[in-house]
Amino acid sequence: MHPAISVIFFTVTSGAGFGLIALLGLGWPMRDGLVPAFLVALLAGGLAAAGLVSSTFHLGHPERAWRAFSQWRSSWLSREGVLAVATLLLFAAYSLTWMFAGVRLTALGYLVAALALATVLATGMIYASLKSIPQWHGVLTPLCYLAFSLASAALLAGAAGVGADLSGIGVAWIGLAGLVLAWAIKLAWWRRAGAIGFSATGSDTGTATGLGKLGRVRLLERPHTGENYLTREMVHRIGRKHAAKLRAIALVAGFAVPSVLCLIALLGAVNLAFAVAALSLAVGLFAERWLFFAEAQHSVSLYYD
Amino acid sequence: MTSLPARTDKKLGLAIDLDICVGCHACVVSCKEWNTGGYGSALGDADPYGDTPEGAWLNRIHTFEVTPPDAPAQIVHFPKSCLHCEDAPCVTVCPTGASYKRGEDGIVLVDESMCIGCGLCAWACPYGAREMDPVAKVMKKCTLCVDRIYNDNIPEVDRVPSCVRTCPANARHFGDFADPDSAVSRMTAERGGFELMPEMATKPVNRYLPPRPKARAVQEAQPNGGAQAADGFLGWLDRALERLG
Repeated sequence: MHPAISVIFFTVTSGAGFGLIALLGLGWPMRDGLVPAFLVALLAGGLAAAGLVSSTFHLGHPERAWRAFSQWRSSWLSREGVLAVATLLLFAAYSLTWMFAGVRLTALGYLVAALALATVLATGMIYASLKSIPQWHGVLTPLCYLAFSLASAALLAGAAGVGADLSGIGVAWIGLAGLVLAWAIKLAWWRRAGAIGFSATGSDTGTATGLGKLGRVRLLERPHTGENYLTREMVHRIGRKHAAKLRAIALVAGFAVPSVLCLIALLGAVNLAFAVAALSLAVGLFAERWLFFAEAQHSVSLYYD
Repeated sequence: MTSLPARTDKKLGLAIDLDICVGCHACVVSCKEWNTGGYGSALGDADPYGDTPEGAWLNRIHTFEVTPPDAPAQIVHFPKSCLHCEDAPCVTVCPTGASYKRGEDGIVLVDESMCIGCGLCAWACPYGAREMDPVAKVMKKCTLCVDRIYNDNIPEVDRVPSCVRTCPANARHFGDFADPDSAVSRMTAERGGFELMPEMATKPVNRYLPPRPKARAVQEAQPNGGAQAADGFLGWLDRALERLG
């Protein structure tokens, strides 16, 4: 699949933003007061909103994007839009009462957290619901999105939060646990994706053409000499060329560096260490997300070989 | 509304005869011609007179080589367009309601004025039946020539999809698959017509009729083949050369 930069940017930043909104809603301790509360709310809401805005850049008609709120009954993309806007509106109410009244409303916070996590789940389900891309079509895909969202959020919360301790548990350990969990799920995802190809559906050029019953089938000639929308969008191969290097970058920048920084945070300079860790994870996730698209094989490639 | 209809009164679609198709691409061109002036915006092309022309087409012909285990390879020309699936995944993923399947005849259409050009429907289609228009930036797909088949302003003989009307070999047939007595249903039953990728659970309406079994020539002894020893001059030459080492 063609890796669109706007969609990669969207999934990484809005994942981190909605994850942070969820942690704030759950009551992650932060400094109170108008300005500190405003800055934290701006960070979380800004990341989530920036992602949403960037996701409209790949649309053919962004001016009609509002129509995407209408089909929540059947479409995960529509559900994601509805949930994202609902989350941001309620998070705005939560942040305003926090900023001006100095109160963090517990029940509203829990509702905001549930909606934020549901938004990230919906993002994952957009991809997981596509049977035409067997590597995406599974429960591990939304789990990956959720886990990376929470891991990013834990590092961001560590960077913006107060102290190194969260009701007796070191924030560094929470960040480290988030990283280990997220990458464990991702490793399982990579292992499954590498193993299945199209075998999850049993599809091959024989079933795609229905001619497999007659004998061995191979493409002799494409329908046209140049490229087309399908070959550029779904039979994309260039991005896979550096897969091994990108995987290494994802693991070093997304796991090794932030893990070491979490351990450094145990010694001191908590906020700075977590801020650098969060940035490094974002770099790693850009590589991870690029591969998520570039390595995915769509069944239409069976007609193009 | 992107929820699928529980059932459709008719199941209009195509039966495509792979035994007959000669791969002339006439249906491809006539489809482009009709649909660039018909339903919706023109079927756009990017760089049409330049070095790398490309554009949106609703029907394309691939050519495959099939090699049976016990016979020489044969060529199969393979026209591919929207299959108007009963369980169309392209419809349910649409966030705006632009993609829909009609309850009366089962045709899958795009309302271009509502399409935001996100491309998710093209990702959801296992067959590659949808293409983004490079000029209008909306999704394009086969309409089964909905602006021909019900059109009282054209002669009755022309009220079939453009590809069907054009095919010089009569490899494409249009009809109602919900009616077991329709011509397309009967030829599908007689010839063992099949669906593409049934494992994707999309329940396509269109059917493909397989190539008929080829008459096979009786296997004759191959001249000078295998272990058989030649005689006459060639045999002498063979033996002479062998002796040289």
